[in-house]
Amino acid sequence: MSNPAPAEVDRPDIDEVVEPDIPWIVLVWNDPINLMSYVTFVLQKLFGYDLEKATQLMLDVHHKGRAVVASGNREKCELDVFRLHEHGLWATMQHDT
Amino acid sequence: MALFDNRRVRRTRKGDFEVRLSADERDLLRSVAPQLRSLLDGDLDDPGLRRLFPAAYAHDAELDAEYHAMVRDDLADRRRASVEILVDTVDATRLDEEQLLAWMGAVNDLRLVLGTRLDVSEDMDLVPDPGDPDAGLLSLYGYLGYLLETLIEAVNN
Repeated sequence: MSNPAPAEVDRPDIDEVVEPDIPWIVLVWNDPINLMSYVTFVLQKLFGYDLEKATQLMLDVHHKGRAVVASGNREKCELDVFRLHEHGLWATMQHDT
Repeated sequence: MALFDNRRVRRTRKGDFEVRLSADERDLLRSVAPQLRSLLDGDLDDPGLRRLFPAAYAHDAELDAEYHAMVRDDLADRRRASVEILVDTVDATRLDEEQLLAWMGAVNDLRLVLGTRLDVSEDMDLVPDPGDPDAGLLSLYGYLGYLLETLIEAVNN
């Protein structure tokens, strides 16, 4: 992205601009195959949520079509998505906007 | 043990699991589990397996390709390991927790593959018409869901 700034204005040295640490979120999507009890079980097993929290997330997935089940930096979220995929859940990750 | 305890899979006091499935059920699992194994040993790009390897980055094809290149073999290996345990212990009357979780994984993977093939929807009637060419697969899908519920109930107990 270019910006026609006047030459005399101090501009940040590009090399020093660190990629902003925008957090990522992990979403689980509703699907017609996975059982409600199974989704609840997996959320408890992978994230250590208690039954109430896991059930609420599962119900959000079921009724709203999706739920945010975890968040963090990219590496952490990728690992969470991997573990959800390992367990057959339909999970994706994206920037938290 | 309770006199009228009819749970077919249950946690014992020792912490492992007692499995009381009929010979027919075990035969069914014996016949379908190796089919999942064959699929996993075949072309992982088979569209029938897409629910086993979903997209991680829905809106970024490049990042998603990177993710898949990184994890796909690992995901396939873990799935093969689970189905291998199911095949090896299909006649067992006792399972430890690791084996029970492997059963759950393999049974759910079978449901994902079957559900994809049957194109199931949430409000679908799982009691098939006798004339439906998919009647056999639908019954199998229904049974695997029932078995999975049984396994979840046992492990939660």
